[in-house]
Amino acid sequence: MIEWFTLVQLGVAVVAGLLCLVMGLAGRIPSDITMGVTALVELFLLIQLVMAIVAPAVGNSPTGSALEFWVYLVSAVLVPPAAVFWGLIERTRWSTVILGVACLAVAVMVYRMGQIWTVQLA
Amino acid sequence: MNSRAVGVGRVLIVIYAILALGATARSVVQILTKFDVAPVAYLLSAVSGVIYIVATIALILPGTTWYRIAWAAITVELVGVLSVGTLTIVDSTLFVSDTVWSYFGRGYLFVPLVLPILGMLWLYRRRPSRVPS
Repeated sequence: MIEWFTLVQLGVAVVAGLLCLVMGLAGRIPSDITMGVTALVELFLLIQLVMAIVAPAVGNSPTGSALEFWVYLVSAVLVPPAAVFWGLIERTRWSTVILGVACLAVAVMVYRMGQIWTVQLA
Repeated sequence: MNSRAVGVGRVLIVIYAILALGATARSVVQILTKFDVAPVAYLLSAVSGVIYIVATIALILPGTTWYRIAWAAITVELVGVLSVGTLTIVDSTLFVSDTVWSYFGRGYLFVPLVLPILGMLWLYRRRPSRVPS
């Protein structure tokens, strides 16, 4: 993992999540903006996915469990598309809230991925 | 139309689904890689993962049977997070490795503590006698 990229990714996911939560609670149905930022979160995950495949080959290996890292990454990659899919079939304000919840869940998972890759306490 | 999978209930279901995914995936990793370290904690993780999956499905599916199953699953969650949470604080040696419910779900931003309470409120508001399903 590249630290600055992970921090940017974390920031994007948190901002996107909060934006969708606020828009959803304000009664907006999923729009190009809220769907777009969720797609952006997914794009960052896919870049992270490619980097995680390449990184160990150039000497940047996880210090923690690689299996645990990959379970988090693959799970995280699945979350935004599921939320967007829901937003497309269910046009209510709650779908926007769900986009927000999905982005924030990704933020938590990216944070955990960063911990697994870099910080080992035990 | 199921009376539970509407409105804010959908958000609840999504949070349950994410927690189910997280708890189950984590316990699978733990059991595959280091089961010997803390079998009790990891089995508990797996059980809690299954309970979250059951709760998610029971909230989605209609009918009074699934309504009762939802109540049962959510009650088990609340009892689980309260008892395991208390035990981890009273005697931290009992669970050498973290589970979803350790320290009242601290590792999951206390979502496991709040979620069953929200789930019970939702189920109560959507009880079959009030809203025919």
